[in-house]
Amino acid sequence: MKLLRWFAVSLMLFSVFGTGIAYAEDGFLSWLLSVERKNEVAPVKNEVYEEECGSCHYPYQPGLLPSGSWQKLLAADALEDHFGDNAELDNDLRTELLSFLEQNAADKSYFKRSRKIFSSLKGETPLRITEVPYIRYKHEELTDDMVKNNPKVKSLSFCNACHREIKYGRFDDDTVDIPGYGNWTW
Amino acid sequence: MRQIFFKMLQVSMVFLFSASLLEAAPIPTTLPDLLKFYQVDSAQSFDAERGKEFWLRKTMGDDGAPRQCTSCHGDDLAKIGKHNKSGKKIEPMSPTVNKERYSDREKVEKWFKRNCKWTIGRECTSQEKGDVLKYLSLH
Repeated sequence: MKLLRWFAVSLMLFSVFGTGIAYAEDGFLSWLLSVERKNEVAPVKNEVYEEECGSCHYPYQPGLLPSGSWQKLLAADALEDHFGDNAELDNDLRTELLSFLEQNAADKSYFKRSRKIFSSLKGETPLRITEVPYIRYKHEELTDDMVKNNPKVKSLSFCNACHREIKYGRFDDDTVDIPGYGNWTW
Repeated sequence: MRQIFFKMLQVSMVFLFSASLLEAAPIPTTLPDLLKFYQVDSAQSFDAERGKEFWLRKTMGDDGAPRQCTSCHGDDLAKIGKHNKSGKKIEPMSPTVNKERYSDREKVEKWFKRNCKWTIGRECTSQEKGDVLKYLSLH
């Protein structure tokens, strides 16, 4: 009987607080109490975002840009010309996605790489992830043959062409495999 | 005490269940329903030939390269297309190959809006949408 009561109480608590917890990706407390090392970028856990943005391109982690950049990218008329493509969304969906991106942006994230991205920007809010100084510096050693002239890569924008564990938010050297060049070593 | 307790348990379970129902509610549809939906604001009945002509029509994009539906959807409607810029694959347009196509009206409307504006520079009329769907439905 006691066990049943515990179960019932936890179910009630979950119904009240659990849904909220499931949406908050990370905060100061979860960072403080978590045993998981947050040394990369928070992986995306949002089906709407993965569906809406991922149907055209890799659904870039919100922690790769600061909230100011996401606000520009998802401003009311901005999606009509999204790097030359029309990616219009109805207003409800647009604001829903924008608030998800803002809440998990580089300036809000506790993940180490997001912190580095944010501090390298010094207040700037670029539209492209490839314009983030930290990311530019990290890709400095790559040659045109590895990226631009490589038919299986073509551009730094295609993160997932080389970053094999991108869906877990991992970007470190050990997980890089450049098509035609193999694992990244230096 | 016990009764109140179980009442609360019941309420919280109902709450959880209804919360799960609220998430994502697409408008399920079928091709014939879509054609009916567009027919309401169209003067003529839909014609696959006109749809084909529209599907293959070339317009000049503001980047100087010609654009048509096949730029991304490919020449074979039964095969996977490829987005002309991102290279992301686009599931086939043919309803016989791709059973999921044309099953969600909101999705159909969203992509008509985006893709018409990109390809021909304006939104499509219901007549054009219906003609194109008629053409695509025959494949």
